[in-house]
Amino acid sequence: MTARYYWGLHLGLIALLFAGHFVLPAYQHGNVARIMVLAVYAMGYNIAFGYTGLLSLGHAMFFGAGMYGMGLLSYHFDAGALPAMAAGIVAGVVLSLVVGLLALRTAGVSFMIVTLMFSQALAMTLVYFRDITRGDEGFVIPSATRRLWGMDLSDEAHRYLIAWALFSVVLIFTLWLVRHRWGRVFVALRENEERASLLGYDAFRTKLGALVISGTISALSGAAYALLFGYAGATFAGVQYSIFPLLWVLLGGAGTVLGPFVGALFMFYLIDLSSGVTDAYMLIAGVALVLLTLFLPHGLVGEVKRRLWRDLP
Amino acid sequence: MSVILQTRGLSRSFSGLPAVHEVDFDLPQHEIRALIGPNGAGKTTFVSMLIGRLPPSSGSITFEGRDVTALPAPKRVGLGMAYTFQITSVFGKLTCHENVALAAMRRLGGDAKAVEAEVREALTRVGLADRAADVAGDLSYGHQRLLEIAMGLAQRPRLLILDEPTQGLAESEIADFKALIRALKAETTILLIEHNMSVVMELADRVTVLNFGEVLAEGTPQGIHASRAVQAAYLGTGTEEA
Amino acid sequence: MDFGPYLMLAMLEGAVLASVLALMASGLSLVFGVMRVVNVAHGEFYMLGAVMAWAVTSFIGGGPALAFIAAAILAPLLVGGLAAVADMVILKRLNYDPERTIVATIGLLYILQQATLMTYGADARPVVPPFNHRIALPWVEWGEGGLSFYFPWGLSTTSYKLFVIGAAVVLIAALRLFMTRSKAGLIMRATQLDGEMATAFGIPVERVYAAVFGVGAGLAALAGVLIVPIQQAHYLMGGDALLLSFIVVIIGGLGSLAGTIVAAVLIGMSDGIISVFFSPTLAKILATLAVALVLVFRPQGLFGGKGR
Ligand SMILES: Nc1ncnc2c1ncn2[C@@H]1O[C@H](COP(=O)(O)OP(=O)(O)O)[C@@H](O)[C@H]1O
Ligand SMILES: [Mg+2]
Repeated sequence: MTARYYWGLHLGLIALLFAGHFVLPAYQHGNVARIMVLAVYAMGYNIAFGYTGLLSLGHAMFFGAGMYGMGLLSYHFDAGALPAMAAGIVAGVVLSLVVGLLALRTAGVSFMIVTLMFSQALAMTLVYFRDITRGDEGFVIPSATRRLWGMDLSDEAHRYLIAWALFSVVLIFTLWLVRHRWGRVFVALRENEERASLLGYDAFRTKLGALVISGTISALSGAAYALLFGYAGATFAGVQYSIFPLLWVLLGGAGTVLGPFVGALFMFYLIDLSSGVTDAYMLIAGVALVLLTLFLPHGLVGEVKRRLWRDLP
Repeated sequence: MSVILQTRGLSRSFSGLPAVHEVDFDLPQHEIRALIGPNGAGKTTFVSMLIGRLPPSSGSITFEGRDVTALPAPKRVGLGMAYTFQITSVFGKLTCHENVALAAMRRLGGDAKAVEAEVREALTRVGLADRAADVAGDLSYGHQRLLEIAMGLAQRPRLLILDEPTQGLAESEIADFKALIRALKAETTILLIEHNMSVVMELADRVTVLNFGEVLAEGTPQGIHASRAVQAAYLGTGTEEA
Repeated sequence: MDFGPYLMLAMLEGAVLASVLALMASGLSLVFGVMRVVNVAHGEFYMLGAVMAWAVTSFIGGGPALAFIAAAILAPLLVGGLAAVADMVILKRLNYDPERTIVATIGLLYILQQATLMTYGADARPVVPPFNHRIALPWVEWGEGGLSFYFPWGLSTTSYKLFVIGAAVVLIAALRLFMTRSKAGLIMRATQLDGEMATAFGIPVERVYAAVFGVGAGLAALAGVLIVPIQQAHYLMGGDALLLSFIVVIIGGLGSLAGTIVAAVLIGMSDGIISVFFSPTLAKILATLAVALVLVFRPQGLFGGKGR
């Protein structure tokens, strides 16, 4: 019954962001482009955390794998945009598969710590092999890679439109996925793993599938971020970038399709505003995390879903 | 009639204490078998091993001629076994419709129309059709039990294991339940753990009595009802007549 | 320097690290053992201990020894008090739900770290040790005239480093005595075994939890105070310390105090030794991966007994 409405809502957001390209002032235009790419990361994280209940503290490794998979191919081999992006995505698939096979043998708190540790190991590895990765400094993506179908990706208009296209595809994919049988089994596992197993669903394989989809989308976002904004650095694989998607998804609403975007949007501007005032802008993130867990555990869109629109996907 | 389920020497102990001990059990197809026995006799432990929730300490389980002892639970469900929990275990935050759809979907896959039809039928059969949109966690205890049964039905199992399905149901609901199980007899085999003697007497083709983890007796409901040993086990008082 | 003396130096450095780590990890392990929550902000309590030691020693006159004693008393008390308040204001309201607690303590981590950045600043600052004699160490060698002692150049430690090792041993012994012998310790262990049962027996579980969280943070702060004359105080120093304590607590078996101490010695010593001979980053990468795999394949830790 409400299918028409929520398709309308989600497509409406996509249309609104497209309109943004023409009406936003330059500074906001750049911000929104960045937010859309980061929201892709958050949407990827949400598939694991929000829908499947896998609370990872190490998603930066997937974001970083995408970024460095893309970036290193470009930096060392002058690859074109498409092969470089493909390398980033493959890196994400492989890493999430390996991490999933290991980490999914644990659950709950152990899973959080294991993912955190794997991610830390990757971040330190990126710093350690500085001959290849340029260590802490990171590197600028060569301009040869930043061209696609005759477009210059460092151009702001192109950048926005590509970010928008990527965001739209991932949003629609998420919407499709969570209404699909697989997405519903993800939720079943999150709610009651034993029950789901006794309905015949293989918990391990399903969670592995969810984690690989989630890690791959995160890697896609990391690769696109480096491609569009022209820089790859080890901070993007650090703990902070594992905490960000958690924060965005919690703020926006875990297990909702729109939540990740809403959370990323609010948090981005909150941090943007506060970084004008102080260097300690992560203070805002800390306060937000504490307040969210205390007072708004369902997040903004989650609250709407709970109170007003139960079957909002 | 061919045997659908068979156990040989099936045992399980918890920290050294046997909960189920050396049970040999044969269940012919299309039979309604009641499994009875006092609290703590090992009934739940026994059926948990059948479905694969618990690994046995020793012994074997054969389902439709195939040794399933080492098979994980989801695979056994895939072969046609279904189980409803004694302690209600529905997806509390999801609607009744979604609960039953999850049960039907594994078998029917992406065929949305077939899933929809199956959900409606299962909910109708347990009398919850008008509750489809309700959140399962908000239902009364009895209705959650019925939802469990609907989830079992929607799987169209060849063997349906029900762990104390009538616990917490009202009299009228129990009557409906009896009718439902009778109607199912043509489609499937049913293993029913049950405390309510009227349900056992009216539904069961045969009854197996478990006591201290061992099979104490097996027979027709009338025969079991008359058995001294069974009465003694229930009353826990040696050989006195009840 | 020859290999032998070099190894001995590495082991001494390792022993200092192991001592501080054992103290800090005991706090983390205590909190996990009793409350069943993982405190991600633990590293920040360590950092706060170091920063407060700097603050106290620079505002109190009367010579480095007096200032240091004041710091060693005040910093853990203040940090422990702060943690107890955080427990009552935040964690209690989350009902100690394991996952939500981790998220909230991540928030707490950033709040403490960033608040320190805003007030204390981004500089690393030293604290003068209360005493600091250089102690040259002898080495034995097979010479022409048989066994002979000599003092290789560069093989030395300081009296303060030896003091840190001694202090950690005493403090951990005291903690064990406290947990096994005192009434408060008994109450904590009762709460650990069964929170609901403890409530039924009239143990004020909420206050016990606040106290345990405070004591755990206090231990981290004390570790911070001890390390700061060797390593300067910096607002980001909590991150590495947290990682190492996690490693120790996991290898030792979550919540087991004895296992934690064995693991601290193991990790501290091997980290000290590995980082003298190899790159410290490589050592950390390997240790981190090893720990992740321990959690995957042996969640009860290397020294723990049966599974969870
Ligand atoms: N997970 C378990 N751990 C330890 N003991 C158990 C466990 N499950 C059942 N038991 C014990 O096994 C025996 C049989 O229990 P159960 O199978 O639940 O009996 P029933 O279903 O017939 O009432 C009881 O003594 C019970 O205490
Ligand atoms: Mg039972």
